[in-house]
Amino acid sequence: MDWAVFVVAGIATLVGALGVVTCRNPVHSALMLVMTLFGIAVLFVEQDAHFLAAVQVIVYAGAVVVLFLFVIMLLGVETNEDLHKDPLRGQRPAAIALGLLMLLEVLLLVRSNWVTGAPSTAGAARSADQTNVEVLSRSLFTRYLLPFEATSVLLLIAVVGAVVLARRPTRAELADINEDDPDLVTAE
Amino acid sequence: MSVPGAWYLTLAALLFTIGAVGLLVRRNVLVMFMCVELMLNAVNLTFVTYARMLNDIGGQAVVFFTLVVAAAEVVVGLGIIVSIYRRRPGATADDITLLKG
Repeated sequence: MDWAVFVVAGIATLVGALGVVTCRNPVHSALMLVMTLFGIAVLFVEQDAHFLAAVQVIVYAGAVVVLFLFVIMLLGVETNEDLHKDPLRGQRPAAIALGLLMLLEVLLLVRSNWVTGAPSTAGAARSADQTNVEVLSRSLFTRYLLPFEATSVLLLIAVVGAVVLARRPTRAELADINEDDPDLVTAE
Repeated sequence: MSVPGAWYLTLAALLFTIGAVGLLVRRNVLVMFMCVELMLNAVNLTFVTYARMLNDIGGQAVVFFTLVVAAAEVVVGLGIIVSIYRRRPGATADDITLLKG
């Protein structure tokens, strides 16, 4: 049963990943990305990471991909990209060769891998009387409290950054940019 | 623990390679960004696998932080992409050569 779930979720993940790379239309790529993310969420459940599986679906499939689709449709870039033309000659074969080399290297590492670390240094992941959510939250709010607080600052910075980036420049700022470099704002 | 961890690690390696090759091959900035997400997810899968193999909650805590950072990264990255496209509609990664000497 575990093997069946693993194989199905693994195939969905890999097909989705290949779809992201090979689809010519960015909207299709984004939808294929959803398939990959769901496959990963299933693999998380399969490995007793229930909370992370839920977060994976809510944050990634729910928020990140929707953001991608919003941007694609807002910008109107859902035109097809010509995948047969290679703008930089020889780049594509080189990229695939390098990728295969890296895959080989990582697979060799996996094959020779013996997990040597001390188990449960940050607390046991499996517990008889606690669910995964309880174990993870206890760890986050005690041992990892400082990083947890730091992520809130990071999110605040990201929000401020996004607002600043998306804002239209005021007239005075535009005049400023125009003086510096007229080429910059040709399409404004 | 029926499926050995090595299988999960192999799957994550395949996923990471697909993402890396896609990042190098594609020209559309948005698709390149999605390939970065693929690579991030492959690493997350590796972390969760090790968390299970070592029976250590630390791996899952790291994945939690990776998810937060990835969300922040997507927000800022897409903001940059939107402001690039506003200046030059239909730009690909090859057209963004402002810093070229």
